[in-house]
Amino acid sequence: MAVCVAVIAKENYPLYIRSIPTENELKFHYMVHTSLDVVDEKISAMGKALVDQRELYLGLLYPTEDYKVYGYVTNSKVKFVMVVDSSNTALRDNEIRSMFRKLHNSYTDVMCNPFYNPGDRIQSRAFDGMVTSMMIQVC
Amino acid sequence: MEGLTLSDAEQKYYSDLFSYCDIESTKKVSANGRVLELFRAAQLPNDVVLQIMELCGATRLGYFGRSQFYIALKLVAVAQSGFPLRVESINTVKDLPLPRFVASKNEQESRHPTSYSSDSENQGSYSGVIPPPPGRGQVKKGSTSHDTVQPRASVDQQEPVSPVVSPQQSPPASPHTWRKHNRHPSGGNSERPLAGPGPFWSPFGEAQSGSSAGDAVWSGHSPPPPQENWVSFADTPPTSTLLTMHPASVQDQTTVRTVASATTANEIRRQSSSYDDPWKITDEQRQYYVNQFKTIQPDLNGFIPGSAAKEFFTKSKLPILELSHIWELSDFDKDGALTLDEFCAAFHLVVARKNGYDLPEKLPESLMPKLIDLEDSADVGDQPGEVGYSGSPAEAPPSKSPSMPSLNQTWPELNQSSEDTAIVHPVPIRMTPSKIHMQEMELKRTGSDHTNPTSPLLVKTSDLSEENKINSSVKFASGNTVADGYSSSDSFTSDPEQIGNNVTRQRSHSGTSPENTAPPPPPPRPQPSHSRSSSLDMNRTFSVTTGQQQAGVVAQPPAVPPRPQPSQAPGPVVHRPVDADGLITHTSTSPQQIPEQPNFADFSQFEVFAASNVNEEQDDEAEKHPEVLPVEKSSDPASSRVAKTDSKIEEKTAASAPANVSKGTTPLAPPPKPVRRRLKSEDELRPEVDEHTQKTGVLAAVLASQPSIPRSVGKDKKAIQASIRRNKETNTVLARLNSELQQQLKDVLEERISLEVQLEQLRPFSHL
Repeated sequence: MAVCVAVIAKENYPLYIRSIPTENELKFHYMVHTSLDVVDEKISAMGKALVDQRELYLGLLYPTEDYKVYGYVTNSKVKFVMVVDSSNTALRDNEIRSMFRKLHNSYTDVMCNPFYNPGDRIQSRAFDGMVTSMMIQVC
Repeated sequence: MEGLTLSDAEQKYYSDLFSYCDIESTKKVSANGRVLELFRAAQLPNDVVLQIMELCGATRLGYFGRSQFYIALKLVAVAQSGFPLRVESINTVKDLPLPRFVASKNEQESRHPTSYSSDSENQGSYSGVIPPPPGRGQVKKGSTSHDTVQPRASVDQQEPVSPVVSPQQSPPASPHTWRKHNRHPSGGNSERPLAGPGPFWSPFGEAQSGSSAGDAVWSGHSPPPPQENWVSFADTPPTSTLLTMHPASVQDQTTVRTVASATTANEIRRQSSSYDDPWKITDEQRQYYVNQFKTIQPDLNGFIPGSAAKEFFTKSKLPILELSHIWELSDFDKDGALTLDEFCAAFHLVVARKNGYDLPEKLPESLMPKLIDLEDSADVGDQPGEVGYSGSPAEAPPSKSPSMPSLNQTWPELNQSSEDTAIVHPVPIRMTPSKIHMQEMELKRTGSDHTNPTSPLLVKTSDLSEENKINSSVKFASGNTVADGYSSSDSFTSDPEQIGNNVTRQRSHSGTSPENTAPPPPPPRPQPSHSRSSSLDMNRTFSVTTGQQQAGVVAQPPAVPPRPQPSQAPGPVVHRPVDADGLITHTSTSPQQIPEQPNFADFSQFEVFAASNVNEEQDDEAEKHPEVLPVEKSSDPASSRVAKTDSKIEEKTAASAPANVSKGTTPLAPPPKPVRRRLKSEDELRPEVDEHTQKTGVLAAVLASQPSIPRSVGKDKKAIQASIRRNKETNTVLARLNSELQQQLKDVLEERISLEVQLEQLRPFSHL
């Protein structure tokens, strides 16, 4: 199950970050922060080709003994980072993809809201609800 | 069960409570749910509650029927009064106060049963209760209901009912409270002259519009008589009087509603928003919202863009976070724009929030935009006056009755939705302009016989035009074949985002309709890419060339729509010099130039020429066509295809006509999509190119010789007859062309459907 979900803006500051075990939040924040380097690395590697050809789903960014970190980048360089528990081996790749897709859809819904200024923290309840469902359901 | 005698007040109170608990209107209440909450609210120890339930027989039956419920309530009153619980005590204990139920929300503990007499007080209290907007938070709401209830307490014997209801969630609770109040006065009013409640109802009028409370009440009242078989209520006569009075009360509500329209919209909104279902939009509210919508967006079927909505709602001075949440709730299709429904829902939420109601987590049902609810049309027919009865006749669940008044208010929505759904089909209607055009062209022709031959042409061209118009309306410049237009509309209908798409199509429809619906004078064709128009122009040109009106133009094959293909550019250039000759020349070139937008401009020239030219020889036309055709062909195989069609039609050669026609179908399609078509048709056309080249060569020759042909007035008669002949032949050819085009259209449609199926199959994989 996703223990931490983060939405990082193009300028690499977090728009939304939330962890499930509320303890050790700082550890998750560090993990997300370090994974940003990996994301950039992957982007630049793939970025040689046209942006359109770059796939949004980045896959496993890096695994630790306890957790795995997955990444997803939109065409506007907004990054979604998800930390999942390694013990949950049942999680398949396409499940992760679907979770990212849901994240992306919810993010676009947030963007569609005229009251949301891009760059603000995401405070949408709908988005929260979706993330919650993802963090709990996947486990 | 022994009989239960209840006083009037008790009867009313119990029936209201029963209706309140009987959320499913099944005339029996399950032992859990609201009943338990009710009993808990009675602040009795659990064992007492159990004893009561056992005594009234609910445990035996497993549910609370009306009689059990009444007995239970009576026992609650007995227990609260301190008397021992006995079955016989329900009748023996006299002067028993009504059972008291304490709500967690309202702080009123003990409500004394009071008479319902002074409605005026209630009115005053209610109107005074609703605070000015910025009041927010539960406290406000609680206090308002508190205030409202308390004055009533002194007056109303059913006061305890209000706290009873409030244990529920906040918004529904207070609505229930209000509803109870409304119901009680209604019960009380029924015993008084109906004129009395008039002014009293004004504040409630809105809320009562089709309130489910009313439904439940009436439904609650109607069954008792039948249920009397095994529980004899001594108050049956009063019950029946209650029932008979109900219609009057309902009518009062309706009349009051109109009276209430005089009140300010704000006040109404505030008051009604706090009633029963706070998320129900009353008529006045709806009207106000619609007016506000119009100030932003005059077209009721249009959208309010997000930025405009943001400005508008920011004026309400709610925090951005809440406005953001309201937007999330109300933008149902998540398109960043608000339809009329969404706007009303958002406005209603803003109003509710300003009155202190918490925003719900998800959009209440009554606020949901009626996207595809065409079945609601049946309900829309119900007048507000009947709303009160909506529950009684059927087992209509209370949830339905709230939707009914909103359905009543969805008249505009229905129109909108019907229009939306109609968008799928109405595109063909846009054919009319072409028909008009054709008729205009016919009118231009002198001979009536022209109309006859052209009538089938009209019909067929109109069909094709419809298809083309559909196409153009849906994807004007997309260049899809007509088939695409159809299937796109079909796919749209199946799309859950139908409304968005429909509206989009509607937009395009409306966007293009001004062009199409207005019968355009032939010369200035506003839609160069419109295939149909090109064909119409052809007809026009045919009609122009005939006789004095240049009927020869009609004789020329109209089918090929002007395709804005760069390759076509040379075509018109070539034709232009030819155009100088005469209509026939122009007409012959026009079909070939159909793919080319500038051709339309040529039509004006045609008309001019048509006016001037009278004696174009039909033979020359025929010759010119082949001449023109080759010219076109050299420029573009596709245009040659078109030219072929034209040449065929013009030459009235049936042989190649079908082939050309089939090719011509593609030209008829809006330009873009044809890329694929063109390739295909080019292949197909190649074999015919040679064939047509000859014809085009002939045409070219004729066209070249045209300038030298003098136009003598003396040949008018002969020219007219010749043009008539030509027109007739052209008509037949065109008819054939049409049929072939239809066939090709079908083929393309099928192809498109298969492609879409493939796409659908592939789509899931892309969503991994």
